[in-house]
Amino acid sequence: MHAPDGFIDGPTSLAMGAVAAAGLAVCVRGARAELDERAAPRAGLAAAFVFAAQMINFPVAGGTSGHLLGGTLAAILVGPYTGALCVAVVLIVQALLFADGGLTALGTNITTMALITTLVGYPLFRQLLRVLPRTRGGAAVGAFIAALVSVPCSALAFVAVYAVGGTAPIPIGTFLTAMGAVHVLIGIGEGVITALTVSAVLAVRPDLVYGVRDRLPVPELRIRPAPAPGHGEG
Amino acid sequence: MRKGRLFLGGLLVTLVVAGLISGFASAAPDGLEKVTADKGVEEQAKPHDLDDSPFADYGVAGLTGERLATGIAGVTGVLVTLAAGTLLFTVLRRRSPQPAQPPGEGQPAQAADPPREED
Repeated sequence: MHAPDGFIDGPTSLAMGAVAAAGLAVCVRGARAELDERAAPRAGLAAAFVFAAQMINFPVAGGTSGHLLGGTLAAILVGPYTGALCVAVVLIVQALLFADGGLTALGTNITTMALITTLVGYPLFRQLLRVLPRTRGGAAVGAFIAALVSVPCSALAFVAVYAVGGTAPIPIGTFLTAMGAVHVLIGIGEGVITALTVSAVLAVRPDLVYGVRDRLPVPELRIRPAPAPGHGEG
Repeated sequence: MRKGRLFLGGLLVTLVVAGLISGFASAAPDGLEKVTADKGVEEQAKPHDLDDSPFADYGVAGLTGERLATGIAGVTGVLVTLAAGTLLFTVLRRRSPQPAQPPGEGQPAQAADPPREED
């Protein structure tokens, strides 16, 4: 969903650059509180994984493909502020090194793909955890739903930007419907990848999944005997 | 070292995805490309300012084998993203507000809050 240069007019692109800069500044402040000691390489790896996964376009209906956006995934793994910064790093590398996503569109792309996805996906994930079972499966279901929802929200945010500063005069209603529909399908892929990845990390190191670390099963309080403290089996 | 295992395992998976699986990704237009093409917005797109760069469009300048080029571009992107992200987060971590310690010292001090709360 990387917008090229030319879709959004100059003034709106500039304004979106300001929105993205303000959002990233908030994330920088928030990330300082999220990053504990030795978290930096792990957060860097989360960004690298999002980059890699974004290369894998999977087919959805009608000769269309989609790829992971990764905001919800990164937010669950390393925290929402850090996660948004991870996706922003990916988008900047893609624009500068791979000519993917226009340079003037970078503000729009960071806002829709890094900020909106984490802003929607992470709080939704946390709310879902309250009603889902306190298990690895429960966390995976929550990750699936939150990631799925984040993608059409990101697409709708792009349509909103386009409604303000789009360069071709098209009916916004049909654009909105078409963008929303295809991105619900892409969102299913996003949900599957996010759930599988979160589940895999939970199986190895549940204590390193930021989004569930205050909701891990506490062995001492469980009915079943806990063999050794500190090794939460997922 | 279970922590190291997670990092190395994650890095291995990431490199395999970017280096090998990337060559088999769908070439169909993505959601935005498809919809904007259908709606006649696509012709507004301008060529990218960096279209001449060596890794433009996830290829490698002068390399014709498409899967190989994509894989090399992917591994390059993973390493650059990992380095840029780790650098950014290291700097953010070091500049965290530290009441007991003046900023700018090389030693990253204790976390403001304990990493895990048992309650």
